[in-house]
Amino acid sequence: MYLGRVVGTVVAERKYEGLAGQKLLLVQPLDHVQAPLGPLEVAVDTVRAGNGDLVFLVGSREAALALEPSFVPVDAAIVGIVDKVAT
Amino acid sequence: MILCKVLGPVISTEKHPAFAGLKLLVVQPVDEKGAAAGKSFLAVDRAVQAGEGDTVLVMREGNGIRQLFGLPLTAKWPIRSCIVGIVDEAVVG
Repeated sequence: MYLGRVVGTVVAERKYEGLAGQKLLLVQPLDHVQAPLGPLEVAVDTVRAGNGDLVFLVGSREAALALEPSFVPVDAAIVGIVDKVAT
Repeated sequence: MILCKVLGPVISTEKHPAFAGLKLLVVQPVDEKGAAAGKSFLAVDRAVQAGEGDTVLVMREGNGIRQLFGLPLTAKWPIRSCIVGIVDEAVVG
């Protein structure tokens, strides 16, 4: 899992049917001091995150396990909104 | 598994139900001398009660974590990294 900041939304009208109704957000992955870590990612939102929110995400196969049904082609899911990072 | 140093907790109230009641920590991969080696990430701590500054053993594999939690491998369990031990010593050679 890793930290990220929601920086935008993605609209994709034509997509795999398992992705219908899923909100796609643009996320900047961050390190522990909230400095950018690599390029932007597109992640499915499961916690109603909004633009500017600090969130945490899960990647790989486990991203799809955050969804129902879970056999969907995603590799990043927002699974929490962060109140505070105490490092 | 990899060696990591615990940097501190992440506080979150709005989260996937799988994370309820689990401590979520920021961890920094380190080498055998304790120097940073790679990007920091988040891991849950269910059983070992790691604290800030501890060197820990982190597993990054979802199936292994579902087994650790006593869940079927098909469980809806979006957790991918878990602290599985506190390291007393790591020696190369």
